[in-house]
Amino acid sequence: MSDHEYTPKSKVGKWFNDRLPLLTLANHLTDYPTPKNLNYWWTFGGILTFCLITQIITGIVLGMHYVAHADLAFQSVEHIMRDVNYGWLIRYVHANGASMFFLAVYIHIFRSLYYGSYKSPREVIWIIGMLIYFLMMATAFMGYVLPWGQMSFWGATVITNLFSAIPLVGESITNWLWGGYSVDNPTLTRFFSLHYLFPFLILGLVVLHIWALHVPGNNNPIGIDIKKPSKDTVPFHPYIVIKDAFALLIFLLIFAFFVFFSPNILGHADNYIEANPLVTPAHIVPEWYLLPFYAILRSVPDKLLGVIAMFAAIFVLVILPWLDTSKVRSTVFRPIYKQFYWFLVADVLILGYVGAMPAEGLYLLIARVATAYYFAHFLIILPFLGFKEKTTPIPLSITEPVLGGSADLAMARNNSGLKEKL
Amino acid sequence: MSDSEKKKPNRRDFIVTATTAAGAVGVGAVVWPLVDQMNPDASVKALASTEVDISAVEPGQSITVLWRGKPVFIKRRTQDEIDSARAVDLSELKHPEKDEDRAKNPEWLVMLGVCTHLGCVPLNDKGDYGAWFCPCHGSHYDTSGRIRKGPAPTNMEVPKYEFVNSNTIKIG
Repeated sequence: MSDHEYTPKSKVGKWFNDRLPLLTLANHLTDYPTPKNLNYWWTFGGILTFCLITQIITGIVLGMHYVAHADLAFQSVEHIMRDVNYGWLIRYVHANGASMFFLAVYIHIFRSLYYGSYKSPREVIWIIGMLIYFLMMATAFMGYVLPWGQMSFWGATVITNLFSAIPLVGESITNWLWGGYSVDNPTLTRFFSLHYLFPFLILGLVVLHIWALHVPGNNNPIGIDIKKPSKDTVPFHPYIVIKDAFALLIFLLIFAFFVFFSPNILGHADNYIEANPLVTPAHIVPEWYLLPFYAILRSVPDKLLGVIAMFAAIFVLVILPWLDTSKVRSTVFRPIYKQFYWFLVADVLILGYVGAMPAEGLYLLIARVATAYYFAHFLIILPFLGFKEKTTPIPLSITEPVLGGSADLAMARNNSGLKEKL
Repeated sequence: MSDSEKKKPNRRDFIVTATTAAGAVGVGAVVWPLVDQMNPDASVKALASTEVDISAVEPGQSITVLWRGKPVFIKRRTQDEIDSARAVDLSELKHPEKDEDRAKNPEWLVMLGVCTHLGCVPLNDKGDYGAWFCPCHGSHYDTSGRIRKGPAPTNMEVPKYEFVNSNTIKIG
């Protein structure tokens, strides 16, 4: 939080602010001291907020034309594409927006992994973030069911059948999820209802995520605690706002490329065939952003254990702040972790690739090795590395590496205690 | 202050103005599809006209058909009704319109069966003028569908229509 009291200049502003301190909040968000060395990997928070708002707005619009009924849903989507004014544009923005949302969230998560943003005192920000991620996956999955194409129907069948792996009550739970004995109209209508609800839950969690962020303040590329405000910080506005805006524009270029030039490249042609409960498509895969988890699910030969492994792959991320025993946040000062970090990135990409391939032969073997490595990274490598790794020296402040080569180094070190006065 | 008043726009002013203008165009291009999607879509526009077979309608009888989601009254008027509609002095009318202009073929009156007050459907053969009466707030219409008494501001609307042949009317 800002360290200074804020008083609105105008009389009306003061009267209002005394009753509801919105202006204090606005002032806090404007002046919020931000580390001055934040790089472009830090712009994805703003990009993700944009993605969420875009999905909500386009989703509300699509909800005006979509009909959640097994007999009408597929036709209503075609109606949106052909009849509704700009319906094609709005639907393509929504469908590709989901992919762009996940692209951004994966970069955001891997940025956090690289710079140790999940570590004390930011564990709660991280856990809220993981809850958001989990809700995003649920929302995206249910959204993919709504067009009621072949992939919608069979994706819904496969994912809801995961719960049938639960011993004893599995069948009752799947029947409860379906509202029947298979995926059908009751399933579709409840998925539509929840698909409309979850984004607003995510929005609420985003507010908590940002609130929790503003307590300790941003982590930064060298991962050290900084004094706020000080020479190490700049006000959020205009410095970060303009940087975020520029990054958002670049992001929108990529977004627009997909929407206008290859709107269906991330989807599956089978979903333009209406759902048929009697025929399963030959090769059924989830959307690209769920593939690594799908690969983990399929790499375990036992039904129940496969489902457990898949959910464990997400849960292991939730408890990451306690699995990583290193006190040093930024990978910049962790030469060995840096290598393992890139191994993990490669591992997740490999899992994604084999998740899209048939589960047989060499692909299955690769998926099993990659799954084992995924868990080994979090459960074995990270806890041990924290004790064994010899980290490189950490600067006292963001300015120190700059002043390090000059005669002012001593002054920079001495000043670190004086910074509060600045 | 006098210096700044005379100051010529510099390159930064140009960039700010150009960026703002481009941004405004961009925002407009994004907002318009979101607004326009609520306008009648292609499937609604495709139903914008409808053809009605009137061969079975007897003099004095009225039928109601649906056009663009609204009722359309097609009334085959008797000679008495035509005469009473044409005899009215225009100065008596709240919304002066000649019956000749409302019913090109005097035998057939085609109009939207929607009260111009608040959109209810008036009842046939009711009211002080023996024609239409709106049950919602008591508007009385004459045999030409013109407002004579009550809160409605204008006559019932005559849609665009034509006789395709002597037995068929195309509305819209």
